Amino acid sequence: MISALFQYEFLQNAFISGMIIGLIAPLLGVFIVVRRLSLIADALSHVTLAGIAASLFMGKYIPFFGTLNPLYMGMAFSVGGSLFIEKLRSVYKHYQELAIPIILSGGIGIGVIFISLADGFNTDLFSYLFGSVSAVSRTDLWTIIAISIFVLITIILIYKELFLLSFDEEYAKATGIAARSIHFLFIVMVALVIAASMRIVGVLLVSSLMTLPVAASIRLSRGFKQTIFFSVVFGEASVLGGLFLSYYLDLAPGGTIVVLAVLILIATVLIKKLSANRAVY
Amino acid sequence: MIKEEPIIEIKHLFYRYDRENVLEDVNLSVNYGSFLGIVGPNGSGKSTLLKLILGLNKPQRGEIKLFGKDIKQFRERQKIGFVSQKANSFNSGFPATVYEVVASGLTKKIGLLRFYNKNDAAKIEKAVASVGMEKFLHRNIGELSGGQQQRVFIARALVSDPELLILDEPTVGVDAENVQSFYEMLEQLNKDGITLLMVTHDIGAITDKVTNVACLNKVLFFHGTSTEFEDKKHLGISDIYGHDVHLLTHDHKEAHS
Repeated sequence: MISALFQYEFLQNAFISGMIIGLIAPLLGVFIVVRRLSLIADALSHVTLAGIAASLFMGKYIPFFGTLNPLYMGMAFSVGGSLFIEKLRSVYKHYQELAIPIILSGGIGIGVIFISLADGFNTDLFSYLFGSVSAVSRTDLWTIIAISIFVLITIILIYKELFLLSFDEEYAKATGIAARSIHFLFIVMVALVIAASMRIVGVLLVSSLMTLPVAASIRLSRGFKQTIFFSVVFGEASVLGGLFLSYYLDLAPGGTIVVLAVLILIATVLIKKLSANRAVY
Repeated sequence: MIKEEPIIEIKHLFYRYDRENVLEDVNLSVNYGSFLGIVGPNGSGKSTLLKLILGLNKPQRGEIKLFGKDIKQFRERQKIGFVSQKANSFNSGFPATVYEVVASGLTKKIGLLRFYNKNDAAKIEKAVASVGMEKFLHRNIGELSGGQQQRVFIARALVSDPELLILDEPTVGVDAENVQSFYEMLEQLNKDGITLLMVTHDIGAITDKVTNVACLNKVLFFHGTSTEFEDKKHLGISDIYGHDVHLLTHDHKEAHS
């Protein structure tokens, strides 16, 4: 496989984008999980799908969209959806989780309409549903790199504020930090990373890369930085391991990545249980 | 040392929520160096008053001055430390160490787009030691008892060297035997020169620790030194709370049942 990696551009694209997503999805995922926003990733991935379907549909009639990477429209929808979720959360102050199913089903609804308008499923759309690493193009790769650099720099710059906001929102507001702007920036980053991860694991599995490595890491870690570190390690292990396994065993890469992440999660639960038992005896 | 200069000055403050007055014409001034305990039954507007002082809510009418400045112009929030009711705003499964939690108290002081430096590390360790939690520096916050967690939150508030510390029922969720030492720690902080403002419904426990007492139930019924409060106390609670004492004790029972 190593020699094939040097030979084929599509394999390079797949591996580089996989490594990047394995880093930034769990990194943002830590903040999503501790803020109890895990389902937002699911809602936004479905909105992204609606955007992609819209782009593919318009591509049939308007030449401009035919040449445009559908991921861009997906990103635009995802960011729009994230802002809409925020709006809904302030409208339904006492039912904040209601925003998520509203956006999720709205996203699917719009997506399905565009798919039917575009005369049903085509393979291109199918690859967005379940991920298709071999379909990652160079422009996809550059988009993913640009998003990741933006997200990494932003997180480093506002780490203090993001930590405080995640740990204790009321206190964050009382200390007078720009809590609303920080939250806004955070949710836009989430929307971008979801759109970027779409090619690797697909709409249906994208939230798993943001939550499963974090769920495993929380079991073992001491402190927040360590939680981030192990989340990224588990994320990379699932993505790279999944890509290798799927290449040799001819499995669907997106599914393999997610199943590996689940196995890591189960392993950490067992390890924790065993070490707790040992402590008792 | 209590100075004759107010750190907080509140004039004719009204706050209304859902067409009901929560606070009516509250006038209160807190001098530098004092330790004010605000008491009152549940739903008396005590926590609301704190939220107004912290700028989390905005009053419909009235004036709040902090450090001599109108709250709308007040920008030096790092001068105020805040300890909330633990249970309200904190996820006990949160994977953060005591060190990380206390460090977050410096967020505003360090400022946006700036990073922690070595000096900050020393400050953080000092704040943790000042509440007697240095042995737990690298433990996850969720592994600690309620009382220990509350000490950590005090350290978080102290790390930025505040001149004013505001506490909202800080002993909720702290076990009885630790409450006393918790209050002693607050008394010590006050002796070290920090002005304290604490909301509580535990009047008895604090009169020997605080310098001043305010009784609030929508309106301010009493505001004076703790000795004045003690003197009034034998006359019966009705004199302290004012006219509608029946309603008040009834509310109190209901809230606890």
